Amino acid sequence: MVELVIFVLMGAGTLAGGVTVVLARNPVRSALGLLGALVSLAVIYVVNLAHLVAAVQVVVYAGAVLTLFLFVIMFIGVDRQEDTSETIPLQRKLVAGLATVVALGGAVLVSRGRFTWTPASGEAAEIPNGTVQALGGELFTTWVLGVEVTALLLTIAAVGAIALAFHRRSAESPTED
Amino acid sequence: MPVVTPGWYMTLAAVLFVLGMTGVLIRRNALVMFMCVELMLNAVNLTFVAAGRAAGVLDGQVAVFFVLVVAAAEVVVGLAIIVAIFRRRETASVDELAALRG
Repeated sequence: MVELVIFVLMGAGTLAGGVTVVLARNPVRSALGLLGALVSLAVIYVVNLAHLVAAVQVVVYAGAVLTLFLFVIMFIGVDRQEDTSETIPLQRKLVAGLATVVALGGAVLVSRGRFTWTPASGEAAEIPNGTVQALGGELFTTWVLGVEVTALLLTIAAVGAIALAFHRRSAESPTED
Repeated sequence: MPVVTPGWYMTLAAVLFVLGMTGVLIRRNALVMFMCVELMLNAVNLTFVAAGRAAGVLDGQVAVFFVLVVAAAEVVVGLAIIVAIFRRRETASVDELAALRG
């Protein structure tokens, strides 16, 4: 009952945020729509007992990533009018047709009962409780190699961003226009 | 009163993913396209959480962690590229960057 109410409210919030991201003319509004979608999703994660994931979602996504987005929007400026006309011929019709075919196929498969989300054993599986302890234990035992690799990835990303930011000072291109 | 099953969350995630994909296809501002990619990544995260719940294992939430890290790295590099392009070309529209030269 509680879950149904939260699902409806937060699902609507997520979709409203997503629609805002796609349709808003002003990139700042897009960013705020993204914020709404991310926070709504965090609530949905809590309902699914993914506590640590929800916390990280708010801190990393809604905190760090969105701040970075807003910073770059302010840096670049938001006043430029966007031209949304399509330059690739037939792209939109092709994609719309393909999406219709996929959606109809999915609807047929679901209506025939090929995809059910009840566990194979017949009774509902126990929801895994994603506490800090449980998730941390999993991350630093089974997936410790993945954690190390992602640490390397983050280092590479940081170094790459710094290299991009300071590129022009060191090597001025002769074909600069 | 209907019970919310993981399938409901899967459906929400699918709709969110299509929404993000639509944005990537119809928008021309590189920043907004990036935000739409973030929407798609979040839809996948929701799928992971719902699938982990359906299977009764914690691995779905672990996968979300790795997706989050990759998304953060992608945003850092992507925004750096957008800023670098903007400093050179004074535009963030992907249509004006059609010529593949500096």
